[in-house]
Amino acid sequence: MTLSFEIPLLVLLIMTAAGAILVKDLVSAVFILGSYSFSLALVWAWLGAVDVAFVEAVVGAGLTTVFFLLTLFSTSQQDTRRLPAPWTVVVGLPFLGLLLLYGAHDLPLFGDPASPASMHISSEYLERSLGETRTPNVVSSVLMDYRSFDTLIETVVIFTAGIACAFLLKRRDP
Amino acid sequence: MIQEHDSVIVQTLGRVVIPLAQLFGLYVLVFGQHGPGGGFVGGVILAMSMILSILIFGQDGADSRLARKVLHGDGLGLLIFAGVGGLCLIGGGQFMNYASLEVPGLDEPSRRYLGILLTQVGVAVDVGVTGVSIALSLSSSEKEEVSHV
Repeated sequence: MTLSFEIPLLVLLIMTAAGAILVKDLVSAVFILGSYSFSLALVWAWLGAVDVAFVEAVVGAGLTTVFFLLTLFSTSQQDTRRLPAPWTVVVGLPFLGLLLLYGAHDLPLFGDPASPASMHISSEYLERSLGETRTPNVVSSVLMDYRSFDTLIETVVIFTAGIACAFLLKRRDP
Repeated sequence: MIQEHDSVIVQTLGRVVIPLAQLFGLYVLVFGQHGPGGGFVGGVILAMSMILSILIFGQDGADSRLARKVLHGDGLGLLIFAGVGGLCLIGGGQFMNYASLEVPGLDEPSRRYLGILLTQVGVAVDVGVTGVSIALSLSSSEKEEVSHV
């Protein structure tokens, strides 16, 4: 059994997520968030989604950490918000978690060949990707060829985000 | 405004690490069709290497001139991506259908392979330029010279 590897990983995931919320120094919170992303990348790799794991490791542990740090340098580094949690949050969030756990029972098993996601069109991609595009990595051929419109619009979104940041963060007095 | 880091260890290590990171980013970008990776990840790694050079050598340092020059290419990646789709239109097919890329001497799967590679380069350029641009605009919005970095 590989459970000796999985359970510490999931415990680490929960602990880093809680630590990033609870810690008062915001720079520490940013670094704990980076380690959270890295253990999340390990979880993706364990589930077999290597491309997602790669993106999570690079973007979550690398790029967003730098962005958060650069933002913190121009603001305060202490978390000054110390409100007592309202009772709706204290009652509502555990209830929501229980509801999600209850709903997770109806999800198909991991890797189930009879699940709706594997029944529809994904088997076509898996069979025809190598012959039609000479691309062994099916994720690349789906993203860039079969679903290239989605990727084009996604690229437009990233471009728009860069332009918007440049406008919003422009120095007022040059 | 990011100043130059004054530690010799950081600067020496940066001179070693940054080219390796750029090489790895290019490898991930080009090899994305045969292994994990692709345009997005390769672009982010390239952007990270340039942000690292900004953080180490300063925003005006001679070693981060690549990061400053890269800013002029904003929108170029999008142009490459949509341009490949437009070339497919010129070739007589549908938009983004790489089988009608007019490249002599290539059969249809190789044309699709070429189209995937070119669009991945487009995504990488777009993501890389956007990452460097966001990092630079975040660091330029400081009120005074706090000299943290």
